[in-house]
Amino acid sequence: MNYPLMMIAALILPLIATVLISLLGRWPNIRESVSAVTAALLFAVIWWLFQAPAEAVTLVAAAPIESLKIAFSVSRLGILFALIASGLWLVTTIYAAGYMRAHYEKNQTRFFALFALAIASVMAIAFSDNLFTLFIFYEVLTVSTYPLVTHAGTSAARRGGKRYLLILMGSSIGFFLPAMIITWLSAGTLTFEHGGILQGKVDTSWLWVLMLLFMFGVSKAGLMPFHRWLPSAMVAPTPVSALLHAVAVVKAGVFTLLKVVLFIVGPDFLAQSELSQYLLIVPMLTILLASLVAMTRNNLKERLAYSTVSQLSYIVLGAFMLNQSGLIGGTMHLAMHAFAKITLFFAAGAILVATHKTKVSELNGLGRQMPFTFVFFAIGAMSIIGLPFFGGMWSKWYLVNGAVEFTGQPVMQWSLSITLMISTLLNIWYLLTIPMHAFFKPATDNSTFKEAPVSCLIAMAVPAAMCIYFFFDPHLIYDLASEIVTGDGQ
Amino acid sequence: MEAYTVLLVVIPLISAPLTALIANRHVAWGLSLLVGAATFVIALMLLQDVITGRVIHYELGGWKPPWGIEYVIDALNALVAVIVTAFALLSVLFGRQSVEREVHDSQLHLFYAAFQLVLLGLLGMALTGDIFNLFVFLEISSLSSYALIAMGHKRQALVASFNYLIAGTLGATFFLLGIGFLYAASGTLNMADIASRFEQYDAMALVITALLFILIGLALKAAAFPLHSWLPDAYTQAPSMVTVFLASTSTKVAVYVLIRCLYHVFPQEYWSQLLLPSFLLLSGCLGMLYGSYKAIQQDSIKRLLAYSSVAQLGYMIVGIGLNNETGLTATVVHMFNHAITKGALFMAAGMVFYRMHTTSLHQLRGAGKTMPWTTGAFVIGGLSLIGVPGTAGFISKWYLLQAALENNNYLVVASLLIASIMAIMYVWKIIEALYFDGEEKLHLHQVPSGQDIVAAMPLATLCCYLLVAACIYFGLYTDLSLDAAKTAAQSLFAGGPAR
Repeated sequence: MNYPLMMIAALILPLIATVLISLLGRWPNIRESVSAVTAALLFAVIWWLFQAPAEAVTLVAAAPIESLKIAFSVSRLGILFALIASGLWLVTTIYAAGYMRAHYEKNQTRFFALFALAIASVMAIAFSDNLFTLFIFYEVLTVSTYPLVTHAGTSAARRGGKRYLLILMGSSIGFFLPAMIITWLSAGTLTFEHGGILQGKVDTSWLWVLMLLFMFGVSKAGLMPFHRWLPSAMVAPTPVSALLHAVAVVKAGVFTLLKVVLFIVGPDFLAQSELSQYLLIVPMLTILLASLVAMTRNNLKERLAYSTVSQLSYIVLGAFMLNQSGLIGGTMHLAMHAFAKITLFFAAGAILVATHKTKVSELNGLGRQMPFTFVFFAIGAMSIIGLPFFGGMWSKWYLVNGAVEFTGQPVMQWSLSITLMISTLLNIWYLLTIPMHAFFKPATDNSTFKEAPVSCLIAMAVPAAMCIYFFFDPHLIYDLASEIVTGDGQ
Repeated sequence: MEAYTVLLVVIPLISAPLTALIANRHVAWGLSLLVGAATFVIALMLLQDVITGRVIHYELGGWKPPWGIEYVIDALNALVAVIVTAFALLSVLFGRQSVEREVHDSQLHLFYAAFQLVLLGLLGMALTGDIFNLFVFLEISSLSSYALIAMGHKRQALVASFNYLIAGTLGATFFLLGIGFLYAASGTLNMADIASRFEQYDAMALVITALLFILIGLALKAAAFPLHSWLPDAYTQAPSMVTVFLASTSTKVAVYVLIRCLYHVFPQEYWSQLLLPSFLLLSGCLGMLYGSYKAIQQDSIKRLLAYSSVAQLGYMIVGIGLNNETGLTATVVHMFNHAITKGALFMAAGMVFYRMHTTSLHQLRGAGKTMPWTTGAFVIGGLSLIGVPGTAGFISKWYLLQAALENNNYLVVASLLIASIMAIMYVWKIIEALYFDGEEKLHLHQVPSGQDIVAAMPLATLCCYLLVAACIYFGLYTDLSLDAAKTAAQSLFAGGPAR
């Protein structure tokens, strides 16, 4: 098969699904099948691209200004992101089919169509050849997910949606766009290249500003203080929170930051400037503060959202350590966190569907009535914490290695390790207590509940199994991550 | 091809009196549609012919210039002609329903006749190579636009029209005086002729006086800050269709004439030594900031968009004032991009008015839920107005930014960025009111019952979305707009159309 054709297929398939789904609204079963089949096809296409020998093909869709093209090409990092997003899209579709019906949600056709559209923009982000293209689809992703956030249509949903839109678009236009313009003016190009394009083109005093503009402009990465959109987005139906706000949208943010560090600024250049040890303070504080806030949240989804904010900063932290282990750890965490967090969100949604409970404090004793859900929850939680027998351990392993190898001031080296340690303890506290209480505390009321719908349980089992599988066989992700960092297969 | 040139002016010239005489509103609309379509096709053919850099000369009545009047068409005015005719066609399509509601039945045929005269005037201004002929066309278009604005449904329309009449007449008079001085100095009215023998009289004090008079006259017509005061009222009070048409064409044509005079009548070396570029930059930057600032404070959508037009005209003036090729490219391409953006937005505003009988934002809270498509048009048009990448507005701002950086003019860069942030604020203001506010019930005024059938505007929605699609298309595929602008800017800097 032909390489460029498969690239086009990866970009077009979800768009076709969008159109088909909106046409098939009258037949829900066919509609969901289309969604699932497309997701499976998309995953197969990307798997093919992953296995095929890399070809340096660049597809130019449009060139509004010379040297500013809308162009797509395949990179290993893009493959990793696309694999995660498309694979989990399949799982989420199965989950959503059960969830949306059990929950009697309105406008389900619009929901599935926009979902496919969001995945289409994620694919375009993953395969963008330059920062300009990435920026455009970054904005498209914001706009296409907005109606999903406000899906319920209540005034609370609209308030949440307004904050979502304001923070994401405001910061990207206010900071990300100027950063992009400064980059273009200094380097004369925005194309991603291994080793970066800014080496020797910008002096340190500007790089400082530029990095801050990127970090806060790409607010999808959830660095504090621009993280508030994520808890606000939790008003969305659970499948949206699960795939988009634990995987696709937030990972698009950290993906952008990784791209900027690896292929725009260049890790070597950033290391020479010795800025990273100051920049690291932002993700470090985000990790700790978000974990602390998560402990105070009684709403389950909101607690998970703050946990996501904190975990995203692990990836950013890994990127800014600028050494091999840190970068590999950050990249691996992109995948490991995705599997674990989607399991947690699926479980939260299953609890909501079965019991209509949203508060952590109401879950005591539920474990005996919904054993599968809470076991999956526990697996996800332990993977996020980074305990053995779960995939999350490996990404944390390399992150800790990265912290030890970090070549900045000793103070920073120490605080990196301490941050990781404290955060792990906090994770145990606010995540693992939930299944513990569910299993071992007496129930607060005597009502009985059934397990969640079967499709939800199946969908939960898949990522939970992946969490365990990747502990015993992390090579797939590790190899991809090290290829990305060392630049093989670019 | 040459022979078609004159048809652009002749077709509306014949059709306008016919429209007035036949006095049937359906015929009037049909004729206007025909005129719009015919001129649009011709203009497109002309643009295709000259986009490579060729120049068409057409001698009216076979009289050789400089004695006779000649029409000179290069990439610049072909692009302007395309803008003008395209918007004539689209506004006629758009206005089918809204005009019938906003203008009294007995005046409809006169309305369309006046509309065709405006089109005639604007096209004439764009095409002619004779400066006195240009004045004549300027007056034709101005006089008929006063009439059009005065037909607005509120009584304030008369005041707005009267204000515009005073300002417009002042502008025209200044322009005429300037032409008079120039004629006294040079003894000719043909633009190319004036320019080619400029060294013979450039020392005369009369010439600089002429330049100033012409500039001020045109600045008034183009609503350049601080001579913009007529614009917000006129755009707010005019019937929706007139607003759409005038907002996307009339000021652009005035800017075009300004460029034409500055590069093809007065040589560039002559005026760049004066303080003029700095004055243009000052006027443009202040216009950008002031217009955006006032736009944020407005409550009526139409008024808000009108002030935003003042700001966007500032961008075009800045592009001229930067006095380099990139800046001029930015101005020309912004003429085009802003026309489609503002056209789409004013159409959306027109549809809101048609449906809700008000354009006041505080009365429209939550209307977005009843009009999702119109709100969608506001969102995309607004993004283009802000200049988000992927939309047409980005292209022009990008070039303007580059032009400013070429001159190391960081003051312009700063005002550009501040004005863009202010643009986010006023666009957000519309979106917020239409979509996010609105717990309370909508207060509709004078809406007949069974309103859903009455309010559906399929044709208008189609036109609006055509422009919305253009906002995105020309943000991605810039072959047509940017190439024409580049060719135009190059030929302007090379010193006039080749003979």
